[in-house]
Amino acid sequence: MILSNFRSWALDEAPASRSQATWGSAYRVWLSLRRNPLSMIGLAIILAFVALSLAAPLLAPYDPAAQDLGNRLAASSGAHWFGTDELGRDVLSRLLYGGRVTLGMVVAVVVLVAPIGLGIGCIAGYFGGAVDTALMRLTDIFLAFPRLILALAFVAAMKPGVESAILAIALTAWPPYARLARAETLTVRGSDFIAACRLTGASPWRIILRHVMPLCTPSLIVRVTLDMSSIIITAASLGFLGMGAQPPSPEWGAMIATAKRFIFDQWWVATVPGIAIFLVSLAFNFLGDGLRDVLDPKGR
Amino acid sequence: MTSRVKSLTKILSSVVLTLLGLSIVTFLIGRVMPVDPVIAAVGDNAPEEVIVRVRAEMGLDQPLVVQYLHYLGQVLHGDFGMSVLTKNPVAVDIARVFPATLELATGALLLAALIGIPLGVWAAVRQGRLVDQIIRIVCLAGHSVPVFVLSLLSLLIVYAKLGLAPGPGRQDILYDGMITPVTGLLSIDTLLAGDLGAFCDALAHMAQPVIILAYFSMAYITRMTRAFMIDALKGEYVITARAAGLTGTRVVWGHAFPNVAVQLVTVLALTYAGLLEGAVVSETVFSWPGLGRYLTNALMNGDMNPVVSATLLIGTIYVGLNLLADLLYRLLDPRVT
Repeated sequence: MILSNFRSWALDEAPASRSQATWGSAYRVWLSLRRNPLSMIGLAIILAFVALSLAAPLLAPYDPAAQDLGNRLAASSGAHWFGTDELGRDVLSRLLYGGRVTLGMVVAVVVLVAPIGLGIGCIAGYFGGAVDTALMRLTDIFLAFPRLILALAFVAAMKPGVESAILAIALTAWPPYARLARAETLTVRGSDFIAACRLTGASPWRIILRHVMPLCTPSLIVRVTLDMSSIIITAASLGFLGMGAQPPSPEWGAMIATAKRFIFDQWWVATVPGIAIFLVSLAFNFLGDGLRDVLDPKGR
Repeated sequence: MTSRVKSLTKILSSVVLTLLGLSIVTFLIGRVMPVDPVIAAVGDNAPEEVIVRVRAEMGLDQPLVVQYLHYLGQVLHGDFGMSVLTKNPVAVDIARVFPATLELATGALLLAALIGIPLGVWAAVRQGRLVDQIIRIVCLAGHSVPVFVLSLLSLLIVYAKLGLAPGPGRQDILYDGMITPVTGLLSIDTLLAGDLGAFCDALAHMAQPVIILAYFSMAYITRMTRAFMIDALKGEYVITARAAGLTGTRVVWGHAFPNVAVQLVTVLALTYAGLLEGAVVSETVFSWPGLGRYLTNALMNGDMNPVVSATLLIGTIYVGLNLLADLLYRLLDPRVT
């Protein structure tokens, strides 16, 4: 009942308010996204991953740090579904808790990066001239490094750990968003409603914050979704190279780094977190791919 | 013509600015060290005047700008400082390890292009059909799997369980020191030496990392080829060619594809740059003695000169490849002025 009401309200041809129009376009995106099976698989995996990570304390059969040296490197069994690692810790429990680390890192990076990229891009695009040139040069410099290499160098200059890894990935991740936001800003800068705002005496900051930024947000969301898998893989790679989350943290990349020593004999200890990284990253790629199809039909 | 010169000058000046920016970033990374290099050199208990003297000797008492200009001068003269770990000048080390990475990345690029471009064209021709969907899933999967996971699994299955490929490393101990390095690329050096056994051994060692890196980068090539081809196939000249009764293959490869090829140059250049990044992780797993392993080894030991220099080198190659793609695009496509 509520749902069908929402449907007719959102799909109304003549929306009465701004929020109704926003919900309407979002709902239309959802409707076409729902027809793409890959996107739905991706979304389901992501939701499951988030739920499992959040509920880790309830679901994990053991304490992820609890060692049982008498039962090291055990194979899969009823007591330990995915076996145990080199200190006898339950791999399943560590996997669940590791999801929290990965999820936390991804969320932290996005929370840091999206506003920075959006801000720099909108400011560059709106003011133009010398401000634009200076900010875009800065963006080009950071775009000139492969992400993982720059992140590695940054972490080396700081101190290996989750916080440094988040900062390093954030430092390397903002330039594409700034580019995107700038391009979007350039298309709306000359429109009549912006001119009208200016005439009523709105300050440039008010126009950027209230009128330009909201218009840039949707394409930014798509871009972030597409970028998620790359962020996850970079975080895991940093962990694997010993520059991200440090053991005993159950971060998936760090788990693989310790388990690679005995990969030939106890392969499951490294393989299970590997599959987890793959699944989550694939899910984000599926979802992002579908989102792009819906929002940018030209790329099909 | 003048407009062409003007736009070239503009591109080149922006490249120079970007490179300067790169050097500033790497310089700053090198300065923000967790340990004070002076204390590291003289020890914790050194008297105050020694610390002051060493600091002055190392030039660290100068203002940051002066230090940067000094660093820039050194870099331009090819002096990247010494590596604490190998006791060699970093430039010498990099010259030794870089060919191995080049070999890996080039092999992967060739393989990825060879498979990715036809796949992309095929997907475009069969757009929306089952083949298109399968290609899409295969490519997305390749792009989702972390290189280190795939490399470890490959070592486990192909090397340890099936014994189909040799293990980590670049060549068998048997051939160690037998081949005189000429180009540094083992696959070419062994041929120059006329040692077929060593050549096959080098190729066999390359197979796993190259195939994995190629699979990882194929996704981007295939996706872009497909998108460009779909656009090209909509062209009126394609309809004309079809109406004139040309076969499908002829239309696709003889008429539509040449128009796409120019755009693909940019894609390949970017892929190549991305492969350098993938090589860092892959080299760690396969004990491949290239730039990536050199970089990670230095990282583990807090040896900052190699870290900074390798980062600067990879950044410069990145910028150079972008410039190359840009220039080639202008050269090959008469429509761009």
